[in-house]
Amino acid sequence: MTEVEYHPKHELIREERFPHVWCPGCGLGIELQCYLNALEKSGIPQNNHVLVSGIGCTARIPGYANLDTYHTTHGRGLPFATGMKIANPDLKVTVISGDGDLFNIGGNHFIHAARRNMDLLVICSNNFNYGMTGGQHGSTTPLTSKSASTPYGNIEPTFNLPYIASALGASYVARWTVMHPRQLTKSIRTAMDVKGFAFIEVLSPCPPNFGKFNGFKDGFEEMEFYRKSSVVQNDAKLEDISIDPFHGKDIVLGDFVNRKRASYITLEHELIDRIRGGGQ
Amino acid sequence: MIKEPKISENQREIWREPVNFGRFAVPKGEIHIFPERCKECNYCTNYCPNQVLERSPEVNVYGYHPVRVREDKKDSCVACGMCQSICPDFAIFVKEVKIQ
Repeated sequence: MTEVEYHPKHELIREERFPHVWCPGCGLGIELQCYLNALEKSGIPQNNHVLVSGIGCTARIPGYANLDTYHTTHGRGLPFATGMKIANPDLKVTVISGDGDLFNIGGNHFIHAARRNMDLLVICSNNFNYGMTGGQHGSTTPLTSKSASTPYGNIEPTFNLPYIASALGASYVARWTVMHPRQLTKSIRTAMDVKGFAFIEVLSPCPPNFGKFNGFKDGFEEMEFYRKSSVVQNDAKLEDISIDPFHGKDIVLGDFVNRKRASYITLEHELIDRIRGGGQ
Repeated sequence: MIKEPKISENQREIWREPVNFGRFAVPKGEIHIFPERCKECNYCTNYCPNQVLERSPEVNVYGYHPVRVREDKKDSCVACGMCQSICPDFAIFVKEVKIQ
């Protein structure tokens, strides 16, 4: 073929940097593609989208998106994004980072961003371990599953991320896996229109670390495991949906919460208008 | 006049014939692959509903066997887009071919 072929997303990705650094079978590329699909459908100009991340495998995603992107210090993606959104409320700021970054080192920032109902979209990629440093266990590792630092099985109960986000008052809460690319795209698209804090947990396979320690031969086996053990239940009781797939419990997916709650930017602008108008 | 339904090889068995069956054509897709980006994760070969793709015996510069379209299933792609949306490496995409 004489004409040059381009991927349909070639204007949104930095093609000169491909192939990317992620391992064969890693789901992060699918997550990036879902985000870009949602971005295309959102109708917001490409220049108004900003992608912020912390440190980790997932935090390499902004490096491949042809947007204004920021790779910040470990766990501090949310404070950085908060500052950016307050300074320029016209931007659509998305924080995309891993479970270790958002909930272990940056857990406090997550709590306070959700409590304020900051106008941010947070996509948390959950691969159940610290992938970049060699597969140590973290706060999202399921019970009895093995990792580099828990060779006899993990004894710590896990974080239930949608439940935390919902309890803190987030406007939008959802959970999907990378095996559900269309549902995930739709979910990100919906969350882009939400006023307030939107949180999406994305379960993603990590074949060389979590998969290897738990008896999955390759990424495909782990993906099949997620596909077979996941059920979609949008009205699930959030306190019951912690991830425990190694004891026969289903992984519950869905768009759990979508509610209207006054967001930080709305309240801030109301306050400014009131003070400027001579009120108290 | 009732048209005879045409059943191509990639259609599954039809247990009940819709009344307007003859008015619809099965969509056809054209698969484009970037062999240098493929990392042999096997997602597209396994999740393609018509098993159109397979590993090729050739090796790319990074030592992986990139995917290719199976010779006997060249016309079986129905442009569902599953391989494109499940590929983590942006290495494959599908264009729908307009049927005359």
